[in-house]
Amino acid sequence: MTRPVPLLLLALAAAVPLSLLAGRVWIDPLDPATPHATVILMQLRLPRACLALALGAGLGGAGAAMQGYLRNPLADPGLFGIAPCAALGAVLSLWLGVAAGWTLPVFALIGASGAMALLALIAGREGGVALFTLAGMMIASLSGALMSLAISLAPTPFAMSEIVTWLMGALADRGWHEVWIAAPLTLAGLALLARAGRSLDALTLGEAAARSLGVDPRRLQALLIAGVGLTVGSGVAVAGIIGFVGLIVPHLVRPFTDRRPSSLLVPSALAGALLLLIADCLCRMLPLASGELRLGIALSLVGAPFFLHLLLKMRRGLA
Amino acid sequence: MSLSAQAVVLAGRLHGVTADLHEGEVTAICGPNGAGKSTLLAMLAGLLAPDAGAVRLDGAALSRLPLRERARAIGYLPQLPEVAWDVSVETLVALGRIPWAGTPAGEEGAAIEAAIAAMDLAHLRHRPVSRLSGGERARALTARVLAGHPRWLLADEPLANLDLGHAATLIARLREQAQKGVGVVLVLHDLAAAMNHADRVLVLHQGQLIADGVPEVALSADIIAQVWGVSALWLGEPGTRALSH
Repeated sequence: MTRPVPLLLLALAAAVPLSLLAGRVWIDPLDPATPHATVILMQLRLPRACLALALGAGLGGAGAAMQGYLRNPLADPGLFGIAPCAALGAVLSLWLGVAAGWTLPVFALIGASGAMALLALIAGREGGVALFTLAGMMIASLSGALMSLAISLAPTPFAMSEIVTWLMGALADRGWHEVWIAAPLTLAGLALLARAGRSLDALTLGEAAARSLGVDPRRLQALLIAGVGLTVGSGVAVAGIIGFVGLIVPHLVRPFTDRRPSSLLVPSALAGALLLLIADCLCRMLPLASGELRLGIALSLVGAPFFLHLLLKMRRGLA
Repeated sequence: MSLSAQAVVLAGRLHGVTADLHEGEVTAICGPNGAGKSTLLAMLAGLLAPDAGAVRLDGAALSRLPLRERARAIGYLPQLPEVAWDVSVETLVALGRIPWAGTPAGEEGAAIEAAIAAMDLAHLRHRPVSRLSGGERARALTARVLAGHPRWLLADEPLANLDLGHAATLIARLREQAQKGVGVVLVLHDLAAAMNHADRVLVLHQGQLIADGVPEVALSADIIAQVWGVSALWLGEPGTRALSH
């Protein structure tokens, strides 16, 4: 167990109960007379907290794995094009007007699977990182263009507004059935990424040295595609696009580890869970006239300046 | 115990090179730019598959060996080795144990300690790689390879970018490994280093093996004139020779 893990577990143990009590309606655990307290807790806040934990863990873990795989601290799970492709699937279900119940997540998961298959096909047998990254960027770009096309050709203004709102990413109004979709898939994805840990460590020394240490690049690539696909794809399927968690979290955690990608995976997953839980809590507590701040927007507002800060820091390092 | 290339061909780069390497020897691969030195080394490490011919380790085709078994037998240090994350020297050296995953922690620790000691890095063990000098970094990267206890240590231009003192230290350490029975194979640009420190030299030119033998023979003035197109003369005593041209 790496050093930050006990601290993060402790922080989560404190944050989870607090997140259940906090909101527009504060629940006083010492005052059982709060109206509808059980319903608010069991049907609204607990599933939402579980979803924040699952999605945050998935994004944090996937971000750490991606940065390890691409040997680049600016890498983000979105680079593989899986998130945009999953979003495209969801947008398609909204466009077709069949987004009720399980259909939207299923469409999104089909989109994520499509991106995973396409990545595997394009990257081919060699398993080179550069070609793989370019393939991911191409898929992301194509998905973005198709989403814009879907928005511009939306059959009704209501469908257009639904698509745009959904794309912003949020955990509001999500329930247990979203948890049952996201949690098992995220766990499976994280398990696959954990299996890639040693190979990611070897990649620290570059592709040739990693291969000389016995790393099979095709196996590693398959683990990454499946692991990131499951974690990110299932997250997008239930909550829309939530960016920057996978980029920010590994950075915050890395100084507290020995900097090997494998030692970053678990702490990043825990820190991602903590970040998303706190961010979602703050979003629902902020008094906004039009409802609550969308989680995806909030994280982008924080994440973009953070990214800029990283770039400036790297530039100073290179100077 | 042998590592051999048997008539290996790679289109446009190697044209039927055959060489048997021996454990306990320092073998230098020399040749002008584009001669195929790094290609041959990568092939001997099992990282490039030949179009024709075969690389054999103890008689078995390297391409059929399980990756882990190959990684345990052959340590490879690429030209311009990178370290993507700013890990400590100790963590870097421990990466060399990846092929031995699952061995008891005590054995792991002992192997890492031995590699650190062999490259004289004990006082630098907690230092981040970014704060090492070029020579220290080269030693740390070599220690990473040694930690895997390879029977073969293949390094591509390990002396590049090292000053005289650091190059001498590294070559002395590599020679110690050869004395312990490791087969050391180095791609070297510096012909004087090959002449003074190798037991055997392979000279490549345009993808073909031109000479294979003890340094005095393989790097004779005639061979240098034929391969490098330079009229040169060896000065000094064996072991401290310098090339005049």
